[in-house]
Amino acid sequence: MQDILQSLLLAANLVLSGDSDLFEIIGLSLRVSLSAVIYSIFLGLPLGSLIAVGNFRGRQALMIVLNALMGLPPVVVGLVVYLFLSRSGPLGWMELLYTPTAMIIAQVILITPIVAALSQEILSQLFEEYDEQFRSLNVPRWVAVRALLWDARFNLVTVGLAGFGRAVAEVGAVMIVGGNIDHLTRVMTTAIALETSKGNLALALALGLILITISLLVNAGLFLVKTRSQKQKFG
Amino acid sequence: MKKVLAILSFPCMKTLFCVVVVTASQVSYANDRFITLQSTTSTANSGLYTAILPAFREETGITVNVVPVGTGQAIKNAENGDGDVVLVHAREAEEKFIEDGFGVERFDVMYNDFILVGPGSDPAGIVGSDSASMALHKISVSGSIFVSRGDDSGTHKKEKRLWDDSNIDPISDSGRWYRETGSGMGATLNAAVGMNAYTLTDRGTWISFSNKQNLELLYQGDDALFNQYGVILVNPERHPHVKQQEAQIFIDWVLGKNGQQAISSYMLDGQQLFFPNAK
Repeated sequence: MQDILQSLLLAANLVLSGDSDLFEIIGLSLRVSLSAVIYSIFLGLPLGSLIAVGNFRGRQALMIVLNALMGLPPVVVGLVVYLFLSRSGPLGWMELLYTPTAMIIAQVILITPIVAALSQEILSQLFEEYDEQFRSLNVPRWVAVRALLWDARFNLVTVGLAGFGRAVAEVGAVMIVGGNIDHLTRVMTTAIALETSKGNLALALALGLILITISLLVNAGLFLVKTRSQKQKFG
Repeated sequence: MKKVLAILSFPCMKTLFCVVVVTASQVSYANDRFITLQSTTSTANSGLYTAILPAFREETGITVNVVPVGTGQAIKNAENGDGDVVLVHAREAEEKFIEDGFGVERFDVMYNDFILVGPGSDPAGIVGSDSASMALHKISVSGSIFVSRGDDSGTHKKEKRLWDDSNIDPISDSGRWYRETGSGMGATLNAAVGMNAYTLTDRGTWISFSNKQNLELLYQGDDALFNQYGVILVNPERHPHVKQQEAQIFIDWVLGKNGQQAISSYMLDGQQLFFPNAK
């Protein structure tokens, strides 16, 4: 209990003193995970839409696979990405191992299935609702997708948040492909793992509290944007 | 393609696209001259690199990116070409690395020693043992818990050799009194703290470890506990992308006067953690 109090004080102290190492690590965490979310939206949203409105063979199978992939173990993803990006791997010539880019790639693989599966779920429901109208107006499929995405945009924000939450919290993948290199690839989660292994439990927990706070701020920020624009929309 | 264009025509998507371009362009490197050093958790966790590398960078302008993993993984990564220099502590594995053509030449850099730590009450009575293997023997007989790295690291290799010397095969009791964590030195010390158990650790990590609680240094001083660190250039003939020039500058520095001095001047709690012994 005393440890937790001590950590709270330490966390406040680190933030208020403007510890430059801390802000560097927070910055990298945000940069990596937010980039990963954005790329995942680019990949996952079209895929989710396709499955939601598409009518093709293997659609069901694809859905099941996507749902299963939501539970990809980060450490396995890290290992696979390592094997590809390693100098001895097929993409070794790109010199990406132990860079933030490698970490983004690993996180994109982790969260694209989440974005795709969740957005598919949302869009499918909406599609069912709109289907008759679409038919009666003889709306082309791509216009229908546009309408669905637009009308579901607020719920899709939550999908992005789910992806961000997973990305910013994982340690297994970024540890392997980033290498936890100081001032280069050290992010919040790997820093927490490192401080724990040094026995600096209070500092590790303080970093954890800061990470949770950041996650809270990101969520609160998007919630505000969401409610404000919803108000604008519905008056 | 039509579908992609349709999606891109959303205003929010356009913003997203811009953000992607921006984040992608941010991925660049602050420093052009850098080498990747595959090294051990014991050297990194003890704070050695944080203490000595800034001086090296100031002198040469080269950044050293340290990947702190166990010796086994460090060597494996280097075999894959994912590093320019290796600085580890498992002589046999290092020599095999060179024999197999992955490394150029091995040099002694520094040493410290391994120690046995355990609960202050010392239920197995290892204090004052004649040798390290005798101490391990006592632990196994008493049935006290022993936590092993179990990760093919330099420390783990040393521990296995000590068990061999004591003619005990602890693996047969793995999961009972012999517990393998499969993780780094610090995580293993945390586990030993949690289980009030014995473990083998290098002195550097022990001194810098801040969660000792009931654990105490119980046995030290056997010659068998000597812990030698070596540095090796990854073979550029095997991996042509190895930054031979920069890597050689680092090796020369760490073996030279300035590097050796930096190592010996690194103190924690008034104790020297590593003793330079380059020839």
